[in-house]
Amino acid sequence: MYDAGKIITGLVIFVGIVTYPIWGSLGGSVNMPEPVVNKSGTCVESAEYMRANHMQILDEWRDSVVRDNDRVYTSQQYGTKFDKSLSTTGKTSCTSCHSNKEEFCDACHDYTAVAPYCWECHIEPKEEI
Amino acid sequence: MKIINPLIIVLVLVALAYFGVKAGLTALFGVVIPYIAIVIFLLGFIYKVIGWAKSPVPFRIPTTCGQEKSLPWIKQNKLDNPSSTLGVVIRMALEIFLFRSLFRNTKAEVYEGAKLKYGSNKWLWLGGIVFHWSFLIILVRHSRLFLEPIPGFITFLEKADSFMQVGVPLFYMTDAGILAAVTYLFLRRVVEPQIKYLSMPADYFPLYLILSIAITGVLMRYFIRVDVVNIKALARGLVTFQPTIPDGIGVLFYIHLFLVSVLAIYFPFSKLMHLGGVFLSPTRNLANNNRAVRHINPWNPDIKIRTYEEYEDEFREHMKKVGLPVDKE
Repeated sequence: MYDAGKIITGLVIFVGIVTYPIWGSLGGSVNMPEPVVNKSGTCVESAEYMRANHMQILDEWRDSVVRDNDRVYTSQQYGTKFDKSLSTTGKTSCTSCHSNKEEFCDACHDYTAVAPYCWECHIEPKEEI
Repeated sequence: MKIINPLIIVLVLVALAYFGVKAGLTALFGVVIPYIAIVIFLLGFIYKVIGWAKSPVPFRIPTTCGQEKSLPWIKQNKLDNPSSTLGVVIRMALEIFLFRSLFRNTKAEVYEGAKLKYGSNKWLWLGGIVFHWSFLIILVRHSRLFLEPIPGFITFLEKADSFMQVGVPLFYMTDAGILAAVTYLFLRRVVEPQIKYLSMPADYFPLYLILSIAITGVLMRYFIRVDVVNIKALARGLVTFQPTIPDGIGVLFYIHLFLVSVLAIYFPFSKLMHLGGVFLSPTRNLANNNRAVRHINPWNPDIKIRTYEEYEDEFREHMKKVGLPVDKE
């Protein structure tokens, strides 16, 4: 083998980078997050649907409320009507049940490095003291 | 045929994953095949590179595109004809990060019957660089699904990539980049007759495979959404050697993962090995110092040299007897 020193160094660096998730997680665990809902009951759609699609629902709500003044959402699965509201005080909104941002929203968002910009305009729900 | 057959192979692979997962083989497609794939990828990669490293390069053969180092009053082109290691390193860095040699790509065209015209052709460079950088950024971005806690530079990369803040989940620029670039690289091989003539199934297959991987990824993010938390749990299970198969992961994810596994297995034995090969290209990674340094061919036989002195020492007496002149008395 020619230039063994350089080539083996290169290979070691390459393998090190590729396998970083493995040796960087030594002693780690799956750490699956468990988001906490503060009130039991059903959400606007089923839990599985919400897990995958809540961001799209919120996006559509925002546009239809702001542009068309359409404030009522009819659940596709349950047929019940909901206020299209993320965090209105005194009315039913997402944060009526999901009232703890750290334990609900951030649990999964931090796990998957998602940083939504909801709270740049909306006021974060604060836990009652 | 050589265009259609690789497409059929990729479609068969997609069908394999689809029906396999529908038949309940989630552990096979979610755990076993990815493990096999990463092992084959790494061992194959090392095997290939070691194989190349065993080939001797007896003489410096860099492709030179400028004045060689010569007399002090002749200006050397240090970048295109490097004579030092530093020059080679800069040349290689420009090649690897910016595809400098592809930037010089020219196109020959016949016009007005029999006149030949050469022109600059930057499209291949543009398609290539958009594709490779998008692929790299996408690959690095995916480590958010493997690492916990997630390092800051990955969150930064995500933010930069979704800087436009279009839609929810935020649209990644590299997603559009890779789809557009792979489509261009594919169409180029189909539309231009000369390149179509040169193209082989080994050229089309990786393009189809990468395009399918990109399409399934884009579908999962923007259209047929999957539960990312469960997917991260699966990925974390793989890297911590505690494999778990969470329920409720869409079949699209398994197709995506299976195609990536196939790509990883195929990688070391295909043209895609230019990832490692670019570093070992003797036409790029050698300094042009043929005139300044003596390079000895490594396979030269070990020739025993006998000097005249030794010859004379042996035959001095005989030479004297017949009256031949000798150096030493």
